[in-house]
Amino acid sequence: MASFAYLDHAATTPMLPESLRAFSSTLQDNFGNPSGSHGVSRRARSALDDAREQLASVLGAQARELVFTSGGTEALNLALGGAGRDGRIAWSAVEHDAVRNTVAAFERQLQRASLELPVDCCGVLDLDAVGCMLDPSVSIVAVMAVNNEVGSVQPVVELAAMVRRLAPHAVLLVDAVQALPWMDLRPIVAVADLIAVSAHKFGGPKGVGALIVKEGVAIEATVFGGGQERDRRSGTQNVAGAVAMAVAAEITDRDRVGATARIEAMRDRLVDGLVASVEGLTETSPRPSKVAGNAHVCIEGIESEELLVLLDQAGICASAGSACASGAVHASPVLLAMGIPKERALGSLRLTLGVSTTDADIEAALVAVPAAVARLRP
Amino acid sequence: MGMSGGVDSSVAAAVMIEAGHEVAGATLRLWGGESDSGCCSVADVDDARRVAQQLDIAHYVFNFSDEFDERVVAPYVQSHVDGQTPNPCIECNRHLKFDRFLHRADRLGFDAIVTGHHVRRVGPGTDGSYALARGEDRAKDQSYVVHMIAPDVLSRCLFPIGEMTKVEVRKRAQQLNLRTANKPESMDVCFIAKTGGGRRVFLGNRIPLRPARVLNMDGAQVGSVDAVELITIGQRKGLGGAGGSDKRYVVDIDTHSGVVTVGDLDDLLVDSVQLHTVVWGSGEKRSGSFAAQSSAHGVPVSCRFDAEADVVTFSDPHARIAPGQTVVLYEADTVVGGGIAS
Repeated sequence: MASFAYLDHAATTPMLPESLRAFSSTLQDNFGNPSGSHGVSRRARSALDDAREQLASVLGAQARELVFTSGGTEALNLALGGAGRDGRIAWSAVEHDAVRNTVAAFERQLQRASLELPVDCCGVLDLDAVGCMLDPSVSIVAVMAVNNEVGSVQPVVELAAMVRRLAPHAVLLVDAVQALPWMDLRPIVAVADLIAVSAHKFGGPKGVGALIVKEGVAIEATVFGGGQERDRRSGTQNVAGAVAMAVAAEITDRDRVGATARIEAMRDRLVDGLVASVEGLTETSPRPSKVAGNAHVCIEGIESEELLVLLDQAGICASAGSACASGAVHASPVLLAMGIPKERALGSLRLTLGVSTTDADIEAALVAVPAAVARLRP
Repeated sequence: MGMSGGVDSSVAAAVMIEAGHEVAGATLRLWGGESDSGCCSVADVDDARRVAQQLDIAHYVFNFSDEFDERVVAPYVQSHVDGQTPNPCIECNRHLKFDRFLHRADRLGFDAIVTGHHVRRVGPGTDGSYALARGEDRAKDQSYVVHMIAPDVLSRCLFPIGEMTKVEVRKRAQQLNLRTANKPESMDVCFIAKTGGGRRVFLGNRIPLRPARVLNMDGAQVGSVDAVELITIGQRKGLGGAGGSDKRYVVDIDTHSGVVTVGDLDDLLVDSVQLHTVVWGSGEKRSGSFAAQSSAHGVPVSCRFDAEADVVTFSDPHARIAPGQTVVLYEADTVVGGGIAS
């Protein structure tokens, strides 16, 4: 591929050099199965234990509360499948498919309707409505810390207090997969019961994630086998992945304040530039409601599918926010839940920035997006 | 390059690249339902993507499922409600592949769309226009299902496979080591799953299937059917005792009053058929003597067409053509036009 501007960090991020080094050196030099008793195994176990402590420290959890998984989706499946199945599931209307479709599957299996919690026009949970909906029959409340499409930040701490008061038997599951680059997760971990993260969203490798299961929260395994991860997730651990994830998390946490300010300035320049140069282009939700790396716009009279092809040809890696398994674009349930009409939702464009984003990427997008839109308009 | 994930469009893409064109592949996602066959399943998208990767071209998936619902599936269902025998592939070609897809290619700055259909584009004639003709491989000829391509659209379409036989296509695919080289052809309606009850279940989930009495030409009841919407003109089996050794054929369907009329072969024969939605290969309507073909691989028969009344008159009596079926008119190998039987 020739030169390109990668503006799809919410989909995945390039690995941080330090994480990549830790990943390959662990794969090469520390290949043991951490469950064995000999020297090679002990060395692998030591690396895994170090990674667990390092990651727990960044997240404000105890090392023993961390369950390594194959990624965010598995962590969320473990949470939804292993906890709170005796009552109703409440989930926000803007949840990722990893929650949305898992809840739908359990609804079919358990023949029990779930409770969809509404959001406002910014994609932020409508706490007044939630207050009227939660009751003691709810056994689990699932909400994301940061939305993957429009970047909205959810009021998790306020929600937690509400859950404790209105649904005292419920556990609070927070999908924090998108959150780590933008916010200190410690305040969330302090109030939630189950928290899911995924390494490749913050400069780590794909194929590794974690679920924090807070002390005292009962969870049953959904994958059975050798009893790894304190019987909560069987299967030989991905040691190199865990080590690389911990390194990426620590660096992301350490550099967050500076990186966020720099990225926010670039994002603002990008969005301001697009609004000024493209007629009919509007921001999907106001910036104070969302994280610094998210630029999400809707463009009148444009179909995302066409725009993405032209941007791809111009070397801009962008997204429409919601793609099905075949890769086709469909109207995003997140945008529809925010009350955005379908025609407008089909003209959405998501550009997401990260620590690897440069001024040149922004310049490229500021040229390519107006040019593509001009071409698509008769 | 419209890439269905089948062998024909895979080879067509390779041929275009060899000819020096700048090619991008696109697979149309048309149906979001549970069908596992046809031209739009995830497995087929995978095949198309893998072939595009192998040929080192970009590959995109275009989601036209809303338009497909509206322009193909809904009319298909309604047509069955009306006791007709629709051809959804023709409506898909009319509205999706040679309209919506071309329109999109246009907007994206492409000069032409390419498909893997077994048809030939001949021309340009002295007036610069092209004509659509049967594919080199008569047994695989698809001119019937793409007969509606209008002259201005045809000038923007390329069919590299039309010059090849199926055997040549497969051989070519093997030489290129394409994963689709030995893939079986899809012959079914793409949105109806083969497993799980087929057409009866598909329609039954969308419309009430109504029983009907089966009467002979004298009006006496000789049987019954439980779903008149599934009956088609010319049908002999599944008529509740009325078919079989008597060689009785369905000669008429009245869904409104719930009556299916059966008769012998003579009762089925007609001299003419009225068409609607008539389109012309040249863009200009013409009366004259042509060959009429009334199914995808049917035998063409001699006829006259009256372009003022849109009536086909057969030279010899012909089995009645089910309303909803398409009649395509040919002059030798060239498509003249076509329309839908009323």
